[in-house]
Amino acid sequence: MESILSEIVAKYNYWIYVILMMIGFYAMIGKRNLVKKLLGMNIFQTAIILFYVSMGVKRGGGIPIVDKHEALLHGVNPAHIDNPVPHVLMLTAIVVSVSVTGVALAIMQRIYREYGTLEEDEILEKIER
Amino acid sequence: MKKIALLATLITGAILLYSTKDFAPWGDPHSPASVHVSNVYIEKSVEQTHVPNIVTAILGDYRGYDTMFETVVIFSAGMAVIGVLRRPKE
Amino acid sequence: MKHLQEKAQSKPLGESLIVQTAVRMMIPFIQLFGLYVIVHGHYSPGGGFQGGVVLGASFILMALAYDLQKTFGYISERTNAILGSTGALIYTGTAALCAVLGGYFLDYSALAKIIPMNPIDWRSMGIFLVEVGVGLAVMNIMVSLFWDISSGGKMDEGL
Repeated sequence: MESILSEIVAKYNYWIYVILMMIGFYAMIGKRNLVKKLLGMNIFQTAIILFYVSMGVKRGGGIPIVDKHEALLHGVNPAHIDNPVPHVLMLTAIVVSVSVTGVALAIMQRIYREYGTLEEDEILEKIER
Repeated sequence: MKKIALLATLITGAILLYSTKDFAPWGDPHSPASVHVSNVYIEKSVEQTHVPNIVTAILGDYRGYDTMFETVVIFSAGMAVIGVLRRPKE
Repeated sequence: MKHLQEKAQSKPLGESLIVQTAVRMMIPFIQLFGLYVIVHGHYSPGGGFQGGVVLGASFILMALAYDLQKTFGYISERTNAILGSTGALIYTGTAALCAVLGGYFLDYSALAKIIPMNPIDWRSMGIFLVEVGVGLAVMNIMVSLFWDISSGGKMDEGL
């Protein structure tokens, strides 16, 4: 019991992301409304983004912006700078998530224009008729 | 149906929580993510590109191909939304 | 004073004089900040994506406080599409130009053959060119997404 507790305290950030991810995943597969599914997908993406950014943290590290002249003269010590690669990856992932949300909202609006509803069951009924 | 969804979510969450056992603790400088390529970027990027912001240097230069198709993705998304929704005025 | 009160009462629901005045005063500063974020991306947090989104947000704010027709006065649909395509073209064009000039694709130091400068400084300049392209593309696509989604594609009033 003691060891499990200390394990949770040392890695509490992963627990937060997994719980966020479960909320999003349940909204994606359990809900019948398309807007709720999209919200679930956004929560899922937030969990992934937080997970990646937290991987780049170093204890005692600063932001990945250095003094140019100082760096050219003496070099940079990687232990004092956070890992910049996850930041770059997530910068592009956020923009993709915005585009995906935009396209999804557009398609939903078109579905609503066509069928008059956003509930999955009713849309399926109307398609079969 | 909802019970199956809840069960699937719980199983996925349990597997992921079990796998956190192998992850590095928060803020570990020797975690696998920060030992391989990122140190090279931090040490060399100012010397090779003269850009103080390392994130910008990686985004625009080292991973320029990624960012280029990123722009193409945004552009395609905009065109897709116009194609799906736009209709002429009556 | 009375004139203002009458003007405020004659407005349709959802259009408030206070909000519109505040937005009109804020928009130049928001756009200036967006440009600052783009061009200062080398020295501080920022860059093309973030600055483009801030620039796009200024137009979205205008469309929310007034209506879509007001924003068409500043940036028409046609100009918007042309600017967005130009942004994507600047990026791919810079990349292809490097390959044409004898370097690798996206290797900005090859641009030193056009304007003689230190190749390492050209890599910094190339990143700046690319960021401007990204900023243009992101700004115009954000505005166009908002226009289309908020008005259902009819481009009349908006929200």
